[in-house]
Amino acid sequence: MNIPIRRFDTLILGAGGGGLRAALQLARADAHVAVVSKVFPTRSHTVAAQGGVNAALANVTPDNWHWHMYDTVKGGDYLGDQDAIEYMCRAAGHLVYELEHAGVPFSRLDSGKIYQRPFGGQSRDFGGAQATRTCAAADRTGHAILHTLYQQNIRARTNFFDEYFAVDFICDDEGTVLGALTMDIATGELLVIEAKTILIATGGCGQLYRTTTNAHINTGDGMGMALRAGIPLQDMEFFQFHPTGVAGKGMLITEGARGEGGYLVNKDGERFMERYAPNVKDLASRDVVSRAISIEVREGRGCGPNADHVLLKLDHLGSDIVAKRLPGIRDTCKTFMHLDPVDTPIPVFPTAHYVMGGIPTDRQGRVVRPSGNAPEEVVPGLYAAGECACVSVHGANRLGGNSLLDILVFGRAAANDILGFLKNNRYHRPSNQEYTDKAYERFARWEKTGDGESVQSIRADLKKAMEDHCGVFRTEKIMQEGVEAIKAIRARIPDVRLQDQSKVFNTARVEALELENLADVAIATMRSAEARQESRGAHSRIDYPDRDDVRWMKHSLYSLEDDSLDYKPVRTKPMSVETFPPKKRVY
Amino acid sequence: MRFKIHRYNPDVDEKPYMQDFVLEHVKPGMMLREALIDLKNQDETLSFRHSCGEGVCGSDGMNINGLNGLACITPIETLTEPVEIRPFPGVPIIRDLVVDMSGFYKQYHSVKPFLIRYDPEPEVENLQSPEERDKLDGLYECILCGCCSTSCPSFWWNPDKFPGPAALLQSWRFLADSRDQAMEERLDGLDGPYKLFRCHTIMNCAYVCPKGLNPTKAIGHIKALMLKHSV
Repeated sequence: MNIPIRRFDTLILGAGGGGLRAALQLARADAHVAVVSKVFPTRSHTVAAQGGVNAALANVTPDNWHWHMYDTVKGGDYLGDQDAIEYMCRAAGHLVYELEHAGVPFSRLDSGKIYQRPFGGQSRDFGGAQATRTCAAADRTGHAILHTLYQQNIRARTNFFDEYFAVDFICDDEGTVLGALTMDIATGELLVIEAKTILIATGGCGQLYRTTTNAHINTGDGMGMALRAGIPLQDMEFFQFHPTGVAGKGMLITEGARGEGGYLVNKDGERFMERYAPNVKDLASRDVVSRAISIEVREGRGCGPNADHVLLKLDHLGSDIVAKRLPGIRDTCKTFMHLDPVDTPIPVFPTAHYVMGGIPTDRQGRVVRPSGNAPEEVVPGLYAAGECACVSVHGANRLGGNSLLDILVFGRAAANDILGFLKNNRYHRPSNQEYTDKAYERFARWEKTGDGESVQSIRADLKKAMEDHCGVFRTEKIMQEGVEAIKAIRARIPDVRLQDQSKVFNTARVEALELENLADVAIATMRSAEARQESRGAHSRIDYPDRDDVRWMKHSLYSLEDDSLDYKPVRTKPMSVETFPPKKRVY
Repeated sequence: MRFKIHRYNPDVDEKPYMQDFVLEHVKPGMMLREALIDLKNQDETLSFRHSCGEGVCGSDGMNINGLNGLACITPIETLTEPVEIRPFPGVPIIRDLVVDMSGFYKQYHSVKPFLIRYDPEPEVENLQSPEERDKLDGLYECILCGCCSTSCPSFWWNPDKFPGPAALLQSWRFLADSRDQAMEERLDGLDGPYKLFRCHTIMNCAYVCPKGLNPTKAIGHIKALMLKHSV
């Protein structure tokens, strides 16, 4: 198989906010960068982020990065690495200003400064009054940021490989990643891209679930590729369910709706969050609110003919606030539910939204894996940033507004470290045909013809199994069944056949390759969840209702090759301030 | 529900044709994107782009019963049968409903769609009043789906020379931004018979925009600014 080769200093997989922020940093430093994305960059899922990006700018209320850090540590139920959290919260203000300079159309305060709104889990003075920390462009902040970053990359003349699908990494015998085998979706032609450094910025895997806020493209591609390249995935049991997805459909209704003053009610019209979080009510952490909604519905206080959701009330806010601050979700409500939130409450239910886990990295964005006695040995030249990575800044539960921040901070951090690496490593590492052949096998497997199951039937079963066995509330028995179910589904994949063998824009083939990634990420998630015998953040077990810091204040690491779990300690020591020791988490 | 869908795969088909499909299970509130996914499950060779499913990513623009729109926010109950689905008109077809958008993107790039400032950056944000910021509403929300430009006769005639409504809307988005400092070079770039003035206010763009934006109006603002600037 003779596949053309192109060589770059850096290969970036994914053109969402993380990939584009890194690309911009590198292009401005004159590095030779290739950005590979399976969709045109502005179709990446960063575009769907609504509420905003957290930074302690103190434009509305007093604030500082240290309070933001405390909230993030607490929000993550003390599983986040405090050095990385300090780094992120300290960098936040600078990065948001930079975005503003780049052109992001942030909403404005009367003072002319960037508009900020309150979001869940934000406090002043380490757990005191509500903070106002989320910088917003109406409720289209992700769209505004993604388009601006793409625009600035046009200006910086970044090399884009639009609608190229990364099939697998090309690794040498020592497991060093040399590049990736990619496919031009439009023509079906293969291209090997070799690079001295590689950044994985492929985003999340919300397509693991049937009802999800995530796009069709969020199939955990980079995570699957990493698993198959011998890199473990960290903390995959922590999957965030957003409290306010449109009931039964899954479209996201931003937390900003509650930040602007909206609140949840059950069928009795009761503002039930007062019982679950007496101080901050509807602006508790997402895991807390999602559990509360699930309990209300389970105990028979749900709304609608099937009593299967609760209502998000915005009708008291007035049409000005809704039109000005929440125009996007108003459109969504009108389009998909034929209701106007200005006068009618929105039916909502917790919906799969974000994976806290991912490819383990340090705070420079370098991928780390256990080696011998060292829990975190750097994989030379390999980086990850954004939702596909686990630094870990989100711990067991991410705060709203911290994911846009994460992609900016660690996209840039990775790029900065890459520049240093390129200085010291001037040449590409040697590759050969044999290494490429291994990656090619995964591609060629789908050229087998004949009768077999369809990709679609397996994908549907996988999503159903994840929803049934790895949801908001979990038990030993349900998860053990889940592991068996996922294993059985994975065993069917070798018998799947593609009916479409065309080379030209073959979306069936892309979906087959995505299915394999999803299946690998599914087993990592299910196995990590089954093993963790405690409740922490988004991982809530009915049979182990409490957090267990003695046994379980540690990160999970799942390896695919031997289907094994390993653990490593949480970094509790920040860079410069005192540790926030674990405390009971109340809101 | 009956559909007629444009099919063409250059690997196997000599020429394009319309294929009949029947959607058995029409769910209440179903959008065209979901319908197409169900039809693709009947015949996996049907190719189309789609992603977010809520009208934000701009992937699934297509021609629906003669009008450009986004499949994911088009309720099928509003469509007359048989529903005719074709790729965007006036642009090269790659396969089925997938078109080559590279010319559209090239025109977008040509208007310098990025904020240009020459002053040194402050340590904090540039100030902008809420009123100044309001001028960007109706402009920055563009999702680059291409519905407007591929329904514009001027763009069909001169796709390599005329920037088209999407690109011109973005041009005005930056001209209207109180922070931008490149008005002269932006206006210079739009002068000439094939740029700004190739818009003949046919207004197909505003009619089809799935986000309710109005490129014709934006183009009018640029024309007014150019006139004011030249006297």
